[in-house]
Order: sequence, then C-alpha cells, then structure tokens
Amino acid sequence: MSKKAWGIMFLCAMLVLATGCAAGGNQGGGENEGGFSAGLVTDTGGINDESFNETAWAGMKKAKKELDADIKYLESKRDDDYNPNLTKFSREKRNIVWGVGFKFNKAIPEIAKQFPDQKFGIVDDNLGGKIPDNVVSVTFKEEEGSFLMGVIAGSMTKTDKVGFIGGITSPLIKKFEYGFRAGVKAANPKAKVTVAYAESFKDVAKGRSLAANMYNDGTDIIFHAAGGVGKGLFDEVKTREKGKYWAIGVDMDQSGLAPDHTLSSLVKRVDVAVFDIMKDMKENDKFPGGKEVELGLKEDAVVPAKTTSKHVPENVMKKVDEYKQKIVDGEIKVPSTEKEFKKYKG
Amino acid sequence: METMQRRLRESPVITSVVSVLLGMLVGAIMMIAAGYNPIQAYQALFMSAFLMPYDIGETIRTISPLILTGLAVGLAFRTGLFNIGVEGQFIIGQLAAVIVALKMDLPPVLHAVVAVLAGALGGALWAFLPGLLKATRGVHEVITTIMMNFIALYLANTLVRNWLSQGADSTETIPESASLRWDLLSQAFGNSRIHFGIFIALATALFMYYLLWKTTLGFELRAVGLNPHASEYAGMSVKRNLIMSMMISGLFAGLGGASELLGTSGYLAIHGSHTGIGFDGIAVALLGANSPLGIVFAAVLFGVLTYGGPVMQFEANVPTEVIRVVFAAIIFFVAANVVRWMMSKFGNKAVKKSD
Amino acid sequence: MNVVEMKGITKRFPGIVANDNIHLTVKEGEIHALLGENGAGKSTLMNVLFGLYQPDEGEIRIKGNKVEITGPNMANELGIGMVHQHFMLVDPFTVTENIILGEEPTKNGLIDKAKAEEEVRSISERYGLRVDPKAKIRDISVGMQQRVEILKTLYRGADILIFDEPTAVLSPQEIDELIQIMRNLVKEGKTIIFITHKLKEIMRICNAVTIIRRGKYVDRVEVNETDENQLASMMVGREVSFAVDKEEAKPDRTVLSIKDLHVLNSRKMEAVKGLDLDVRAGEIVGIAGVDGNGQTELLEAITGLRKVQSGSIQLNEQEISNLKPRSVTKKGVGHIPEDRHRRGLVLDFSVSENMVLQTYYQPPFSKVFNMNYKNVDQYAQKLVQEFDVRTPDIYTPSRALSGGNQQKAIIAREVDRDPDLLIAAQPTRGLDVGAIEFIHKRLIEQRDKGKAVLLMSLELEEVLKLSDRIAVIYEGTIVGWVDPANTSEEEVGLLMAGRKPGMEVKQ
Repeated sequence: MSKKAWGIMFLCAMLVLATGCAAGGNQGGGENEGGFSAGLVTDTGGINDESFNETAWAGMKKAKKELDADIKYLESKRDDDYNPNLTKFSREKRNIVWGVGFKFNKAIPEIAKQFPDQKFGIVDDNLGGKIPDNVVSVTFKEEEGSFLMGVIAGSMTKTDKVGFIGGITSPLIKKFEYGFRAGVKAANPKAKVTVAYAESFKDVAKGRSLAANMYNDGTDIIFHAAGGVGKGLFDEVKTREKGKYWAIGVDMDQSGLAPDHTLSSLVKRVDVAVFDIMKDMKENDKFPGGKEVELGLKEDAVVPAKTTSKHVPENVMKKVDEYKQKIVDGEIKVPSTEKEFKKYKG
Repeated sequence: METMQRRLRESPVITSVVSVLLGMLVGAIMMIAAGYNPIQAYQALFMSAFLMPYDIGETIRTISPLILTGLAVGLAFRTGLFNIGVEGQFIIGQLAAVIVALKMDLPPVLHAVVAVLAGALGGALWAFLPGLLKATRGVHEVITTIMMNFIALYLANTLVRNWLSQGADSTETIPESASLRWDLLSQAFGNSRIHFGIFIALATALFMYYLLWKTTLGFELRAVGLNPHASEYAGMSVKRNLIMSMMISGLFAGLGGASELLGTSGYLAIHGSHTGIGFDGIAVALLGANSPLGIVFAAVLFGVLTYGGPVMQFEANVPTEVIRVVFAAIIFFVAANVVRWMMSKFGNKAVKKSD
Repeated sequence: MNVVEMKGITKRFPGIVANDNIHLTVKEGEIHALLGENGAGKSTLMNVLFGLYQPDEGEIRIKGNKVEITGPNMANELGIGMVHQHFMLVDPFTVTENIILGEEPTKNGLIDKAKAEEEVRSISERYGLRVDPKAKIRDISVGMQQRVEILKTLYRGADILIFDEPTAVLSPQEIDELIQIMRNLVKEGKTIIFITHKLKEIMRICNAVTIIRRGKYVDRVEVNETDENQLASMMVGREVSFAVDKEEAKPDRTVLSIKDLHVLNSRKMEAVKGLDLDVRAGEIVGIAGVDGNGQTELLEAITGLRKVQSGSIQLNEQEISNLKPRSVTKKGVGHIPEDRHRRGLVLDFSVSENMVLQTYYQPPFSKVFNMNYKNVDQYAQKLVQEFDVRTPDIYTPSRALSGGNQQKAIIAREVDRDPDLLIAAQPTRGLDVGAIEFIHKRLIEQRDKGKAVLLMSLELEEVLKLSDRIAVIYEGTIVGWVDPANTSEEEVGLLMAGRKPGMEVKQ
C-alpha cells in the first residue's frame, strides 16, 4: 500500500475517533429557568481586542460570577454579520443582548423592531437620540477622561510636543481628540498637539509607523484612541529610550503592553456600565429602555488607570485631581466637537 | 487506480467535490487537535443555513455577492487574466450605487435600477484602466489591480467622510426608493435581508454562459484566453479582448457591490481594510472551475459556510476561524489540482517528472 | 554483449496501450535506431528506459543485470544519458555552468569553476566536440547547444546515450558533424540509441534498427540487410511512395512581390535585411535556410503578425505591409503556421471551433452578435470528411488529435478559404510518412489549381522535392535562387551556410 493510502487511512481513523469523543457536553439554550441570561455581539474588532469589546465581556463575566448569569458572545467578522448575530441571540430570548460599538447603530434599531419583546443594549452610540423602547444606549463622556490625559501629557512633556493617534475618523473618536487637546491646552498652553488618524481600528503596522513619525518629529508623549492600531504605538515606544518617550493607552489599563513606557491609560468602564444595567435588571427588574445612559467622570466611568501613579509624579497627579473636581462640579465644560473646541478658551 | 487518478485530474466536478471533502477533513482534524467536536460543528454549520426561513434568507443574501464576484474572477480567468481587482471594483460598485441612491431623487424601481447600473458601470470603468495598461504597456494586471484595490478603498473612505456624510464614519441609509429589498420577500424569509441581488446574480450567471458560448465576442474571449498567439494569428485583436474581458469582469464585480449595498447594508461605511468578498470570489471561481454553473454552486457552498461559521461557534463553541481554515484548505486542494492540469497542458516533460 | 535488453515491455495509459509487448536489444558499441511513426510509442519506450515511466509489464536488463529503473537519477547511475530533442539549457549560463548544473564540483564549499572547465574541455576534446566551455548558451548555434546536451550526459558518466530525433533542428552540414561525433562516441566505447523517423540517416550511420508501429513491436533488422523501402513499409505498414508526382509548373502572373524588406525580431535586432522575393501563381517557391535566418520574421511580416520597418509587400499588386492579420487574410492569404500548437490551433477548442478560427464572425457562422454553431458544425463536418481529418468527432478538443491530423485540420481550414497565396511554414514538421505524403499532395494540388504557394521548411529534402524554385535565405536576405532540378543538397547546403559555391571554404 502506498504512503498516500496510509495517510488517508490515518485521517479517517482520526475522524472516527473524534466521533467517539463527540458524546461530550452539549450546551443548553439561553433560557435558564428563572435565571438571567445575556448575549454579547462584538463588532469586527473581536472579543480579544484589548479594547471595549474585551472590557464589555469583562462586565459580562462579572455578571456570571455575581448574578449567576448565563453568558455567551458572538464575534462579527464583517459589518454584515451584526444582523444575523443579534437575531441568533434574540431567538434564544436572552434577557438582554448587547451590541458593542457604535457600528451597531444601524443594526440594533432594525433588529429591535423585529423583536419588540427582546431587550437590547448598545454601547458607544445614542442612535441619534431615537432610541426604541426596548433598547438602552450606553455612552461615555470620553472627552472628560481624555481631558485628564491631556493634562498629564501637557504637564509632563519636555519637548512641548504631544501627539494623538485616532482610529477611524468619526464623531466618537473626535470626542477623544478634542477632550485631549483641551486638557493639553489647559495644562500647558505652549504645547503643540500633532493629530493623526490611522483610518483603521486594526492596522497595527500603520499605528506603529504613525507613532514612529511623531516620535522622530520630537513628540515625546502620544495618546491613542485607535483600538488595535494602538498596539503599534506600544510596539514603537518600547524600542525607545526609557523615561523620555511615553505612550498613553485607552479603554483599559494598557500599561502591560509597555510597562516602562506607559504614563497612563484612559480606562473606559464599559464593564461597569454593562454590569450595572444587568444588575438593575435582575435585582430590581428595572430597564432604562429608550434612554441614553451617559457616563462620565462623575460616575467614575472614564478615569485614569490605577497604574498612573507609577510614572506620573505626585504634583501632576494632584493637578489631575483638581481638574477632575472642576469637571465634576461643572466648572469646566470639556469640548467634544470641533465647534465646541474652537469656543474653548482653556 | 491509475485510471481513477486520471479521471480525478480531468473532471473539474470531481476535483472540486473531492477538494471540498478534503478541506473539511482538514478542518475536522484541526478541531480534534484543538479539542472540539467536528461532527457537532459541521452539523451546526450546515443545519444553521436551513434552520428557519430567516436563516435561509440570510444565507441567500450571503451567497448573492459571492456569485457575482466569483463570476467576475471566472470571466477574467477565461480570458487568461487574473483579476485580483474584483475587490476594488466591488467597492467602486458600492460607491457608485450609494452616490446615485443618496444624491439623486428618482421614483421607486427606477431609482434602484439606475443605482444598480451606476454600480455596474463604475466597476467596469475601474477595471478598464488595468485592462488598458495590460494591453498597451504590458503591465501585469495583478500588480495594477492590487493597487487599484487600495485606491478604491481609500477613495470610498474619503468620499464617505467628506462628501456623503458630515465627517461621520458611514453614509446615511439609502432611501426606500433605491433599495433592492422587497418587503414581501423579506417577510417570506422571516424578515431577513434577502433582496433582489440573488436574481441579479443568477441572471448574470446566465448572461456569462450566453456571452461565452453563444456570441462571437465570447468565441474571441475564450480563444484569447486559451491561446493568444493563435488568436492573433486568426486576426482577433488580443488587446481589445483583454480590455473587454477586464471591463465585463469589472461590470460583474460592480453589480455585486451595488446589489450588496442597495440590498444588504443600505449604507456605505468607512472600512479600514477590504471587505474580502472580492477575494472570496477568487476562491469561488477556482472551486467552480470558472464555469457559470460551477461558480453558482461554489458560491452556495461558501455562502453556507460563511453564514454558518458564527452559528458553529454559537452551537459547538468552535471558533469561526476554523471556517477560514476550511476555505483555505479547499482552495489549496483545488489549486494543487490546477497545478497538475497546468503541467499537463504546458509541458509534457513536467508531467513525466511528476508521475 | 547486449548492453540494453528490454523484454515484453507493456505500458498502458488510460484508454491506450502506448507500448504493447515491445522488445529492444542493443549491443555494446552499436548505433541502434529506434524507428517508428509519430505516436508509435518510441518516446514512451525511451521514457521507460530513462526511468520516467514505470512499465506495467516486462523486464529490463542493463549490461546483463535485471534492473528496475525508478527515476532519471537511477538511469544516470546505470550510465544511461538522454539527449533531448528540446534542449534543457539555461540560456544566460555558460556551457560549463550548464553542464555541471546539479553536479557541481566544489572546493571549500564553493564551485570549483576552473576544475569544471578543465574537465569539460577534456571530455569535449576526447570526443571531438570542440565546444568552448566559457561561451554562453545564447551566443552559440543550435548545433553547438546540442553538443552541450551531449556533453552533459558524458560528464555524468553515461555510456548508453539516447538521442531523441537529434537531426530535426540541424542544417545538413551540422548533421554531418553530428554523425562524425556519434562515430567518435562509438569508437570510444559508447553505445547509442538513435530515435528517428528519417530513413536516410539510419542507412547512413546505424548498425541495427528496431521498428515499432502503433505501440507494437514489428522487427529488429541489421541495416546492411535492409533498404529504405523495406524500412518504410515496416514503419507505416504498407507500401509508401517517396517520389512526388508533379507536372511541370505553369507559372502565371506574380501574386506576391516583396521588395527591400526590413523586419526586426523580438529582440529588436534586424532579422530581415533588405529581402526581395516574388511568387507567381501556379508555382511553389521554397525557402531553404538554417533555422534563425529570418524565415519566421519574414512570414510573420507578410501575414501581418510582425511590423514591417521598411520596404514593400504586394499581394496582387496591392500593398499589404503593416496591415492587420485579419485584413491580410481577407485579401487572400492562407497561412499554415510554423508552430501549429502555438499559432495554428487553439488546442483546447474543439476541432469544429478551430475550423472557423478566422471566419467565425462572418455569415453563415454568425449573425450580428450571435454565433451559429449549427452552421459551424456542419462546415467542420464537411472539412473533416474532405480532408480526411481523423477525429472521433468534431467536438473533440484539437489537443486530442495526432500531429498529422492537427495539421490536416489546419490545411483544410486554410485551403478551403481559397486564398491566392498559401504560405506553408514547416508543414510536415514532426509528422509521419503517411501524413507527409498527404500534405505534399495537397500543396501540389493547390499549385496546380493556379495558387501561389510559398513553402518554408528546414528539411532541405522537402524543399528540393516540392519547390519549382528555391530561394536560399541567409542572415535575412535571399543569397541565391536555385533550380531544384539542377542542384544538389550540397550546393544548397553551402548557400545556406552563407558560402557562395566555388568560394574558398573558410574554417
């Protein structure tokens, strides 16, 4: 018998073996009697995006632990996948189905209409204010947290040049940009902010080349709001002199990517928001349907990472706290659009 | 045994079917290695597409653009061209369609028709340039079309941001009058996003058959594809046929883009990278042996796999990436056969060596 | 002693038995011809011997030992070397580099070029090959390239050499030289198997002949006990007439007239340099010449496939230079192209489709955009019958036809268009005796119908036999006209080599 034939035999044997093993666990449906079940659909970034999808999933995991919730996620490979993925969860009649990311702003209303009895949550978009009754929208005042990042960057720059790398140009990312620029301006009016957009949330190489250009140009601190692109920023800063070049992360504490080069990260507590809404649903049977839940510094939802104090000196930390208080008190209104930024005096 | 091998090599149908089975076997081995249950996974994969009317509708929606991009690649292949630019032509088709849909005010039906035609024309023109460069300057179409893909992507992104929306990341949803969706059809399929694109796709497949095997142009296209030297000798214009082939290929791709936009998404978003539907067309054409009927069948298979992928993850907890592995393995097996075929075609000596 | 003994070799392919119980016995130190028509199974048998195919039945003995030859490497080890018909050489490499390719002598991990060159030189001298080891392949003649192929086998220690139709590409003088080399090889103890279908060459140099026909063994005969006619009938299986019956030509008006033609080749070098030529109705003009002297470029220029730099080409007193191929065809030119696989046919098209390759767009084969395949098929059916094209049916891909039938299909197509000028380039290349006979008759038939026929062939014998006038081409110009009735192969051969008769032969 030829080698080829043996190979095929072997493969078949493997397959048969596998069938034998098939008896294993069969996952039950979403409906667990009296319990709480939730589904999460990621955007094209995927579940391990080290960004809002992952943080949202962390909130789900917390719900599993503390609320004994049955949780499950579906990843979307293309924008076209949002509809069927939401539909799959809706069919299972889960208590709530989350769509993570502003890219869901067209799919959620459409599916919400088809499944009027199903509750949905969308993160990072308010659907232009037209929120159906069975949908809750969770948004963040990213500009407020970004402002504090701006204060850190503005206070600590030695070259008076700081940078911002955005993902795809969009109103959401613009909130980060203008908040950051306002913060820099407040702390250090002399400092110049270089802004670049990668026009991607995935292209790591692009992120790295944008970061390299900025650093070569004399910029010493870069803040990013660019999802996966930001990994490129950390890849680049790691190769540079310690204590001179810095990166600031976003969405979750990213100091792990470059421990000696990360000044701070703007932590967006998607997990807290997602968890809190589900907790309220389970324990108090309350669902803020048709509403936009907007979370800012006041709710501690957009805060500097805990590791910030590692590299940021105390006096700067103090300054950050002062600005935070002013924002919470309403003394400072942080701009979130170009128009507001132009009016902003610092 | 030898007779069987020979037969395998000669019949594209058998080649394709065997490749699919082998590809799935590779997927199964991967799943076993990673500790998943392939039987359960494949069951979920194939059942999911036919579970409910909604799923059938969504599967058909997934299939429609794959047929069109597959036909686009297949037609170019027939003329000896490797149109990697289907992706870019697809994007331009989307762009042209969304421009007509948003910027023109026309009565229903007519609006949709004009938008579809605009998409087709856009795709054809986008393919014209690589065709022209190939015919006049001998620039290889693979190079130019790859470049054109990126130009298309960034052109669409720029226009979406600066002209079709106010700095947003996607355009408004197109008006009902330009939509290819039909409520009755959607409702029949459980409110899925099934749309007229499938009819456009099937009609295009018929058209490709008619063009290649019933017309004088088809006679020329095929002759040029199989032997440009003999075609030149016989008085055909190889250059003209190259350009025509590229344009018709681009037209198909543009139709795909237009129908996808007007039927499925309803808006054009900024994309960081290519959609991949055009590239999947290459796989579809390869598996379908560049024949219209084969391409339709291959697109059905790939559509079912694509749509079933997330369900497989859902039901059997198998990562959707496995589907891409299965795709890749299928393509690998088909291509390996193609290599043999090419050897038998271009050099007797090579075949002797391989035996 | 028998160096090679193949007994009862059977090799089957799906649908055909390529070799059916074939025997071949070759004695040490002889030149043994393997004679058969195209498709008779010669190549299959030699590929079995060279290890490229495994036989289904039968046994092979080399130098008395029973062997199973599993691949070309094993064949090399057994001392079997093959000189392929189509050379397998790397053009920009030197002779030495090509010879050592795959078996480079090394010194400290680097190729020892000096040693390699020395070795090549010594082998070359020993067998009288006279090859410059440092010359680049692209700079040397076809004959020299063939010698490099021979050297390659010798360098690898071959003592049984298989020559696959070695004379097909050579000029008469080069053939003489090759024959001398073969004799030298035998003198040095080598054994040669000579694949051919040229009877003259067998009579000239071989000791014995094995004849196969349609995959079956016919006979093994000693050359001194046979003659050409006997060999031919054994090969074809019936009596063959060699003489071409033709009457005196009755040339009429001039159909083709070429004046001071200049044409570039693909490398932008001038290939046709101020050539003058004319062909009259009712005559066959033969162009004799060694390959690569501008014949191809000349014919391509006439048929519109290649740009004319300057000069004029007139057909029926109308200028046709730089017209598109389709216009030239329409003006009344038929063209049997030099390379039927490259130019003449779309091999993956059916016989039927190939029959209308130039005329598909005209009625009755099409109407507006639509093809009318019914009419195409009817027409093809008619031609296939008229010209005795042997094919299972008209829907069979042309690829599946034998070379002779492919050529018949082309001739049917070209002749049936009734052109005033028929260009036939290498019309019988690689064909067997039966097909050659048929094609020659057809060409003469056209002449007798009052057509102008321009024949280009590298087979001098063919040119001499068919032509009414012969134009000898050398380096892009016609160096002389000869009357085939009053000339000899030697005279034409010298002209082809660029030497005027009576001139001192320079070395």
